[in-house]
Amino acid sequence: GMVSNWTKIPPPLFKKVVIVLIDALRDDFVFGSKGKQFMPYTTQVVEKGTSYSFIAEAKPPTVTMPRIKALMTGSIPGFIDVVVNLNSPALLDDNLIWQAKIAGKRIIFYGDDTWVKLFPKHFVEYDGTTSFFVSDFTEVDDNVTRHLDRVLKREDWDLLILHYLGLDHIGHMTGPNSPLVGPKLREMDNILKKIHISLLSKEEASLPNLLVVCGDHGMSETGSHGGSSEGEVHTPLLFISSAFEKRSAPLAQPEHVQQTDLASTLAIGLGLPISRNSVGNLILPVVGGKTMREQLRFVHLNGFQLSRLLQENTPAYEKDPGYEHFKIAEKSHGNWIKLYLEGNNSEILLNLGKKVLKQYLEALKTLSSSLSKQVAQYDMYSMMVGTVIIMEVLLLLLLSVPKALSKRAEFEVPLSPPMFSLLFYLMCLMLCAVHVIVCTSAESSCYFCSMSWLTAVGVMMLISALMCGILSAIAKIFENSRLPPKVRPCINYGSNSNWSEVDVLILAGTIGHVLSLGASSFIEEEHQTWYFLINTLCLMLCQELCRNNFLLKECDPQHSTNVRQNFGSIGETSECKNIDIPAASHSKLGKASPSTEFIKGSDKWISLATPWIILICCRLLRSLNQTGVQWAHRPDFGHWLTSSDDKSELSFLTAVSLLMIFFLVQRRCSLVSKIAMALGLLGVYSYRAAIGNVIFPWQHDGKDISKGITEARFVYVFVLGIVFTGTKDLLKSQVISADFSTKSTGLWEVYSGLVLLAALLFRPHNLPVLVFCLLIQTMMTKYIWIPLKFDAAQITIMHYWFGQAFFYFQGNSNGIATVDISAGFVGLDSYVELPAIFLTAFSTYAGPFLWAIHLLCYLSSEVSRNSAAVGHGCFCYALMRSIPVAIYVVLVTGLRYHLFIWSVFSPKLLYEGVHVFITAAVCLFFTAMDQNHSYKVQ
Amino acid sequence: MREAEIRRLLAANLLCALSIVLAAVVPAFFLDGFSVLGTHLTWLCVCSVCVATLNIILHLVLKPNQSPKRRSLAHKISRFLKCCIYFFMSCILFHAIIVLYGAPLIESVTETFLFAVLLSTFTTLQCLCLLGPNIQAWIRVFSKNGAMSIWESSLQITSMCSILGAWFGAFPIPLDWDRPWQVWPISCSLGATFGYMAGLIIAPLWIHWNRKQLTYKSR
Repeated sequence: GMVSNWTKIPPPLFKKVVIVLIDALRDDFVFGSKGKQFMPYTTQVVEKGTSYSFIAEAKPPTVTMPRIKALMTGSIPGFIDVVVNLNSPALLDDNLIWQAKIAGKRIIFYGDDTWVKLFPKHFVEYDGTTSFFVSDFTEVDDNVTRHLDRVLKREDWDLLILHYLGLDHIGHMTGPNSPLVGPKLREMDNILKKIHISLLSKEEASLPNLLVVCGDHGMSETGSHGGSSEGEVHTPLLFISSAFEKRSAPLAQPEHVQQTDLASTLAIGLGLPISRNSVGNLILPVVGGKTMREQLRFVHLNGFQLSRLLQENTPAYEKDPGYEHFKIAEKSHGNWIKLYLEGNNSEILLNLGKKVLKQYLEALKTLSSSLSKQVAQYDMYSMMVGTVIIMEVLLLLLLSVPKALSKRAEFEVPLSPPMFSLLFYLMCLMLCAVHVIVCTSAESSCYFCSMSWLTAVGVMMLISALMCGILSAIAKIFENSRLPPKVRPCINYGSNSNWSEVDVLILAGTIGHVLSLGASSFIEEEHQTWYFLINTLCLMLCQELCRNNFLLKECDPQHSTNVRQNFGSIGETSECKNIDIPAASHSKLGKASPSTEFIKGSDKWISLATPWIILICCRLLRSLNQTGVQWAHRPDFGHWLTSSDDKSELSFLTAVSLLMIFFLVQRRCSLVSKIAMALGLLGVYSYRAAIGNVIFPWQHDGKDISKGITEARFVYVFVLGIVFTGTKDLLKSQVISADFSTKSTGLWEVYSGLVLLAALLFRPHNLPVLVFCLLIQTMMTKYIWIPLKFDAAQITIMHYWFGQAFFYFQGNSNGIATVDISAGFVGLDSYVELPAIFLTAFSTYAGPFLWAIHLLCYLSSEVSRNSAAVGHGCFCYALMRSIPVAIYVVLVTGLRYHLFIWSVFSPKLLYEGVHVFITAAVCLFFTAMDQNHSYKVQ
Repeated sequence: MREAEIRRLLAANLLCALSIVLAAVVPAFFLDGFSVLGTHLTWLCVCSVCVATLNIILHLVLKPNQSPKRRSLAHKISRFLKCCIYFFMSCILFHAIIVLYGAPLIESVTETFLFAVLLSTFTTLQCLCLLGPNIQAWIRVFSKNGAMSIWESSLQITSMCSILGAWFGAFPIPLDWDRPWQVWPISCSLGATFGYMAGLIIAPLWIHWNRKQLTYKSR
């Protein structure tokens, strides 16, 4: 008994709609004290005008592209959208813009060109501004506003979208409390006033116009965004139209709505179908001026769309409380219509209608929330396959520890074909059977099932092969353990007492760090873990140095015989040990025997002071960039330096840092590279001066700021030149088999080229990180690693730890917000995908990467002492990276229903994934260097 | 003789542990609103003073290291002054290390310094009592197989346990539980105290169990 015209879409409620999206507009910028101070017109409209104001909650990740998607489709974009945020492909889902275009609406867009990429053919007129030059505060917005006067005079459009970026840029550079925010808000207020007045003046009797003001996301207390803190998630949402009732009393606190609600509300307002995947609810006050019958119809439309979406996504939709509520509301709606058609137009009917409306709203809310939960559907089968492969690789690595760390540093997967071929085929068959069963019975889409058959079979063969490898490795270990103890290569580390404190710390630190990944707070504050560990490591080294310098010289004869006995027994055990005999016995005995030539005079004291100097460096770096979540708002040197008025300090610091970098790097370079390095570092300074970060001492006036493309490219030339010289040396040492020093110079030149690149890409206030990195490496090499004769494994792990700590010293964190995208645009005119990704990744992971390359330099100079050093280093590095990643993948799978899975755990997974890629590249480089060597030895 | 000495050590250590417990409980009767968490700084002072006095008294009573010859008064005074200076230096050193570990440099200096004093009481003071102001001896004791009596073994164990306790005590600080004991430096000082008490109890037991293997060389 439904009414006939229900199948048709209701007519639009508004004639022209203007959407003003202000990037990073936080709720307190409009509703708080800042709003009252800097946005007087908007405040007046909010408090006394014809408007409705809300606080819209954005779902993390609070990054522009996913937020635009959420605003226009009403759906909740997945996490992977963060990755494609840089390079947004056209949006293919059903969305408001597409619906508007189909309905013949003429849409004009000015602002962030992400929109143009998402909706490439939808706008009749557009002008996109690129959002990546974060240092540009005014031009981005002027490029939008310059069209405004002309467009507002014209009549040939229905929907105008403006996306202002300036506020976001100010936030990124100087934070929400900077003096620049006020004028920007005032500018926005004037624009809103202009638009509002123009819309009012154009209004005809037939249909009112609508002005929507919103933000895509907020900003945190440091001015960045991407996470899920309150400031980042809460954005204002204003609807201004003469259709609304004039507000009599000033509102107390704006109501909270979801950001996705805008899509459905605008669809109703423009008379369009609500987009298919929208989970939003109609914001009822916006249609509050309409009759009860119309209002009921709107909410019914919304409910119908939501329940259909639910039907598509859940098999048991009929049991969903939201669906049940909706059905009940629909029934009472039918009864109400019956009464209405009977002409029963009284107070009772109105009250009844209000009741139905309430039922509908309840149903909508429940439907939305169950749909939002639906989004988190996990493709368990593909996840399991991936996890199994990762765990198998980790097991294989762990099982081959004794062999890979032996004197010959061989890493091979032992496969005895006759025994394992049968097993291999059986496993393949079984996995294929499982695959067929799973894929044919799966209801939801599955990534692994949608892969081509050939790839799937390849993956299954890989799994089986790895399994066979593991089994044969285990078998081999058992075989060895049955041999008499004299011949047997010891594999159990546990029983021997010759573990130094450093070994214990390394093991405990690794295990502790891996375990800490299970807690969201420890992931947010992971930098604390690493700072803590390297501090403890430094203190351990200090103790070791003290023991070496003081104790062993004065030890009485009895004591030393005792020591000798002790080490004699170790010698016995290490004779039966295959593990690293030369290095281990060498180092232990070397530490034990009072070496007269060890270190003398002033060197001794410098060596004793080294750990303390390193500790002080680390403490300084820690307060350079506050990172993490809990203490991120604390004042730090970085912000003090970048805040606009102390440019001279920053310039001085930059100059000193660049000089220090030169002195620390040039020692081992050839003359040509030295000159290239000096010129390159000069270029870095002039690049920073050109883009306005620093000033030359002779310039005092505010000069024009350019993108510094020439300067940056000038530096790139030198980077490539130095790396090329280094590579040439390396090739020479390999092919012509020249002397050993050529190779080490070559490696160092490659390293210094990378340092120069890092110096170019780092923000100027981060240059001290690079200086301290080089300083610590130099001091550690000279006074700790070489005199104390650590073995390759220990040195690798120390490098890894320092690399991790430097990752956070740079100001990185495990949240998306801290990735510095601007590094991807150094020396580029516009966005070019490949170099931008490469440069961003390099500048983000510069810390771990530079430490890894330094490790290679160090170990290859160590080859004369321990021929297997590079091999050991490579293996340990791979192991150190794969243990946390493998365990973390398992942990995350277990915690997939955790409250913070999207805000804390998945960004961390992304970071870990990229880090694994980089480690793989580093290990390849290691292996290439090592292969050359072993080839030469043979 | 060995057994008797171990028993003496056990008694002394239990007394120390008891004094720490009393330091947490007894002041509540005299001071209004005293609690370990609420008025943490007061507790830090009380605990340090208690442990320090008890240690000095025990040292004077038990005399674990009888010096062979009598020294002059002047020598004793200079030794005492040296001890004071060493203790103060160790407080400064601990403070510096804590700051290097990431404690704020300018804010909450009192908290950090009192925590450093507590750590010094648990470690340096005992060294001073037992070994005197003799850095060489300290380094000897704190290296492998360096202990020469059960008292030195006990010193090794308790000092290591206190430091380790403070180290582990820093773990809960980043957690977002918002508990009162997560405030700096409560978790660390509690960790150090529990570590010290554990060390006091473990030391005699460990020495008892390993008495066969422990062969101390006479000086």
